[in-house]
Amino acid sequence: MAEWFADLKSDFIKTFIVEDRWRYLWDGLGVTLQIALFAALLGIVIGIVLAIIRATHDKNIETMHPGLGKFFLKLANAIAKVYLTVIRGTPVIIQLMIIYYVIFASSDNGVLIGTLAFGINSGAYVAEIVRGGIMSIDNGQFEAGRSLGFNYVQTMWYIIIPQTFKNVLPSLANEFIVLLKETSVSGYVAVKDLTKGGDIIRGITYQSFMPLIAVAIIYLIMVMFFTKLVGILERRLRKNER
Amino acid sequence: MSDNILIKAEGIKKYFGKSIKALDGVDLDIKKGEVTVIIGPSGSGKSTFLRCLNLLEMPTGGRILFNGNDITDKNTNINVHRMKMGMVFQHFNLFTNLTVLNNMTLGPRKLLKESKESAEKRAMELLKRVGLEDRAEAYPSQLSGGQKQRIAIVRALCMNPEVMLFDEPTSALDPEMVGEVLEVMKQLAKEGTTMVVVTHEMGFAKEVGSRVIFMDGGKIVEEGTPDEIFGNPKSERLKTFLAKVI
Repeated sequence: MAEWFADLKSDFIKTFIVEDRWRYLWDGLGVTLQIALFAALLGIVIGIVLAIIRATHDKNIETMHPGLGKFFLKLANAIAKVYLTVIRGTPVIIQLMIIYYVIFASSDNGVLIGTLAFGINSGAYVAEIVRGGIMSIDNGQFEAGRSLGFNYVQTMWYIIIPQTFKNVLPSLANEFIVLLKETSVSGYVAVKDLTKGGDIIRGITYQSFMPLIAVAIIYLIMVMFFTKLVGILERRLRKNER
Repeated sequence: MSDNILIKAEGIKKYFGKSIKALDGVDLDIKKGEVTVIIGPSGSGKSTFLRCLNLLEMPTGGRILFNGNDITDKNTNINVHRMKMGMVFQHFNLFTNLTVLNNMTLGPRKLLKESKESAEKRAMELLKRVGLEDRAEAYPSQLSGGQKQRIAIVRALCMNPEVMLFDEPTSALDPEMVGEVLEVMKQLAKEGTTMVVVTHEMGFAKEVGSRVIFMDGGKIVEEGTPDEIFGNPKSERLKTFLAKVI
């Protein structure tokens, strides 16, 4: 038993202390957090825009007068659909590699590449979450807004989107958790994120257990912390209703 | 055209798909200060017609003049006209994300550019009139059906509309709560508000209506004063309808 502890201690020192190896994890964590945060923001922006285009199309296209507006809405909807199909239909690693090797062949900015790849990817999923949220709002809310004299955009902004946000918050939080963990494949294109940091240590020390478990625990703590945060936010939003 | 006519509906048609004719040519003048009550069996097109008046349903054919403006014209900005047409729905449709007070002041503040203080002051006065001033900070989910509908009515009034459209305002209420809503509507009628009311409340139609319209099959079958419609119905269809509902 004492021997086992001694081994563990020497592993620990070898993995984290010698040559300040903990820095690989610390720096990697920074990269992971930056990618996840910026990608989430990008994903939400893309997602909301796509969702509004798709929902507007599905709700109104049949009652619209023929004209330029109808044409552009149809076009935008078609583009959105292609985006969703392609992004959801291909693996995120392939998308990441395309962005790294093909589009940004000359850039080493890992955070930028990761943000773009995971943001574009996440946007497609967020779009469907938000669209579902918009479509689930009772049409009466919409009609009440329009009957007061609000135009389509105002009704969306003041009435539909705030209600949608509350409804989709749990799904959005889930999407963020998936995104956070998905960034762990960034190492594929030489981005030095948290997972890559652990892997580098493993490569130096030939010890797998300690760095990998450490990386796993760090991810777990981040997810638990975030889940807690969302729980508080949800409760605060619910207070309005009951 | 007489100055007295606020809304003029001419040959309103509404088809859903090719075969369903919800409205099949309806002509109706709504005069200022009058309470026009529309009755009829389910599926007669009375709600569809009411919803056509503020273009929540776009008529397939015909036109609607509001204050002399053709609002069915493609180039008309319907939002400007809707501000002057208050609407009350069967299912209340209060904004669930806003408090009672914000439900009422959202329109005046954002659309009429009224200051927060002024809008809230007017809202509170209206709330007082319907006896709900203590619910100003409540959310819709905390209200009873009758309360919700009274709030929905004052929310529409907050925009200072020229006409109030009521789409079966008491149909979704518990019987006990029907009275409190009808009471508010009677009060409005007494003050000379122009109202168009689609309803199944024959008592209300008799007591408050200036004019009663009986619709069936997407058409106006008979119209007249409450005395004429209820006391001396002419068409067979209206007679059988009244026999069933009264």
